Order: sequence, then structure tokens, then C-alpha cells
Amino acid sequence: MMKMDKQPASPASWMRYASPATFYPVAGRLQPWFAALAAVLTAVGLWIGFFVAPTDATQGEGYRIIFVHVPASWMSMFIYCVMAFWAAIGLAFNTRLSSMMASALAPTGAMFALLSLVTGSLWGKPMWGTWWVWDARLTSELILFFLYLGFLALQAAIEDPKRADRAGAVLALVGVVNVPIIYFSVKWWNTLHQGASVSMTKSPSMAQTMLWGMLLMALAFWMYAIAVALSRLRNIILERERHADWVRQVLE
Amino acid sequence: MNTILVALRRDLLLAARRRSEVVTALFFFVVVVSLFPLGIGPEPAMLRRVGPGVLWVAALLATLLGLPRLFASDHADGTLEQMALSPRPFALLVAGKIAAHWLLCGLPLVLLAPLLGLQFDLTAPELQVLMLALLLGTPVLSLIGAIGAALTLGVRGGGTLLALLVLPLYVPTLIFGAGAVEATSAGLGSTAQLSILGALLAVAVFFAPWATTAALRIAIE
Repeated sequence: MMKMDKQPASPASWMRYASPATFYPVAGRLQPWFAALAAVLTAVGLWIGFFVAPTDATQGEGYRIIFVHVPASWMSMFIYCVMAFWAAIGLAFNTRLSSMMASALAPTGAMFALLSLVTGSLWGKPMWGTWWVWDARLTSELILFFLYLGFLALQAAIEDPKRADRAGAVLALVGVVNVPIIYFSVKWWNTLHQGASVSMTKSPSMAQTMLWGMLLMALAFWMYAIAVALSRLRNIILERERHADWVRQVLE
Repeated sequence: MNTILVALRRDLLLAARRRSEVVTALFFFVVVVSLFPLGIGPEPAMLRRVGPGVLWVAALLATLLGLPRLFASDHADGTLEQMALSPRPFALLVAGKIAAHWLLCGLPLVLLAPLLGLQFDLTAPELQVLMLALLLGTPVLSLIGAIGAALTLGVRGGGTLLALLVLPLYVPTLIFGAGAVEATSAGLGSTAQLSILGALLAVAVFFAPWATTAALRIAIE
């Protein structure tokens, strides 16, 4: 159904990288840098979070889990949007690499959603006195985790990779339309959670060092997500293109 | 409009010749709802409290039950491909099939719900709101479910996968549907929830047939 003759005769130079064969070595060169940045930023972020940031007046030392929890939930939501973006590009322009990128991002996003659920419940035990509260943000994070699982399960169940890519893309797009609706409906359903920790409109209600620790951790998770997605992407490329000559040369 | 009616009429006719499938989903709804008092005890106060939620969750599951059949038999005998190739707009044919699914799986639930609501000691105004909420909500369930049914068409373990894909997307409908009845019992009035259900329906009517069509084209390619 897709028109294949849409590509211009001489594509712009950056579009070269849409070819898996060209992108494979590029991803290989970039990946260690992102991995190193992730390691350094995590070390600095955790150091600030655990040793430099002051003890919270009301929550004591237990609050320090937010240095992992908040960036993890940010990333889980952000990665879903990025995944849907690449899936949509793959669906619209029939570029294989974009769809592979979407598949490479999904497990990382699911991992961050799970991490945010686990840290949230660890934080809830000392603060709320229970492991699980049906609070708006925990619940919508749980549903986001289910959406990731659905995406992964659908792609795993379909054998033909091309169909898996495109079915996954439709699901990711339906999901991305639904994520805000689910978020607001769950929020309406129950608002027990404290107000947003970092607000764009109000001046932040937390110490400067706490904010820095959290932003550094968010950046670290970002780098980690890119590094992991790139190396997973390389594996997917090798698996899908295993019949191509260049893969045989790379593997020799 | 004519195209929608053609598909609708055909699916209704097919269902009329295999009545047991429709009736099975209805019985499932009745049985699931009746199991809850057995599980949680017969205190009327408790039942009144959980009634709306139980009825809605059972409606979700009963709708889910009919979904795998929505496209499967047409896919198996090649009718679906002919529909995709026909000069009539495929999206409208799909919309007709979804409408038929709602008439067969959704509407009976709406009509049956007040009867089951009585088992949960719901009052007359609550039952009215329950029916109205289901009337607005069950088409949303059919519309969203159709996307899932199209995505899992002909896939290994499609039925279970369908539940995993579709149930998280049903959350807003469930929240506002059950919320409408609960607001009525709390004496708050249910206009807000019913308006939001209407809005969800409007969005779903606009986007879902289109997304279903895209998913079906991927499946039959």
C-alpha cells in the first residue's frame, strides 16, 4: 500500500542515516559515549542526592528515593512519546530504522515504569504507611506499564517483523492519544498524592541542591536510555538484516 | 450512511442465524455479576457500594468476549479482503461492523443492567443513571475494542493478547461510568461524568473506525 517511489533521487545527507547499514556503525561509535556519560552523571547525581542534599524537614531521609523515582517516572512517560513518534515516522514513511528504534525503546520504557512503581511503593511504606496506595499518579503509572506490556506482547506475538512494526505503531499511537485521557481521568478519580514536586509556573518548593540532584539524575537516565536503546537497536538491525552482505562482513 | 447500513444489516443477519453467541456473552455478564455477592457477602450496604463498579467491570469483560469474533470469521473466509478492495469506503464498512457489535454485545447489557442493579439494591435514580452511563459508555468499549481486535487478527493467542491491549484503554470509560452512578448515590448529580462519557464517545467515534481500518489493512496485507 505504501508508495516506494517517494524518495527523492539525491536524498539530503542526513537522511543517509535512515539506512540500517549506515546507522549500525554510527550507533556503535556513539553508544560508548552515552554509556560513559550515563555512568558519570549517575555517580554525580546520586552523590548529590545522598550526601549533599539536605535532609527534608517533613519527610526525613526517606525522601531521597525521589532522586530515582521522579526521573524514572519522567523517563517512562517521555520514552512512550518518543516511541510513538518513531513508530509514527516508521508507519508514515515506511522507514525500517524508525520502527526498529520504537521496538528498541519499548523495553527501556517499561523498565523505567516498573522502576518508578517499585521506588514509589518503597517510598510509600515509610510516608503513607502502606506499600500501595491507589493514588492518581501511581495508578496512571501502573496503566502506562500495562500499555508498554501490551506493545511488547503484540510485537512478540506477530512473527512477520514488518507487520509487527506497523501493528505496534498503530497501538503506540492509540496509546499516546489515551495517555493524557487516562492520566486526567485517574487524577479526577483520586487525588491523594502530594502536589507536583517540580512546577513550571510556581517557584520550586524544594532546595536548590535537591533540584540539581534530580535534574542530574534525569539527565543520567536520559543518557542511559539512549545508550541502551542504541545497543538494542544494533542487535535488532543485525537480527533483521542477517541475510544482507554487509552484516556478514561485520560479523566476520 | 448507506454503506454503514449495508455492513450493519449483514452482521445482524449473520448473528440472527447464530443466536447462541450473543446469548452466551449476555449470560456471562449475568453470571459474573451474580458471583460478586457470593464472594463478598450479602450485606445490602456493601453491595450498594460496590454495585456500580461490579456492573461496569462485568460489562467490560462481556464486551471483550465478543470482540475476537468481530473480524475473525470474515478474515477466515476472505470477506474482509473483498471489503477492503470494494469501491465502498472500507472505514464505513468497518464502522457498520462496529455498530453491529455494539447492538449485539453492548445494547443488551444496557437493557439488562437495571435488572442486575436491583440485585445490588440500587435505587431508581441510580438505575436510570447507570443505564444512561452504559448507553454512552458501551459504544466506546466497542469502538476501542475494535482497534484491538483488528491488531490481533490472526495472531497466536489473540484472545488473551486482545484483553491485555484493550483493558488498560478502557480505564477512563470505567472510571467515569462507575463514577456517574456513585455521584448519584452521593447526591452530587452525574452531569459532569455523563458529559465526559459523551466526549469520550465523540472522540472514539471519530478516531476508532479510522485506526481500526489502518490496523485491518496491516493485518490483511
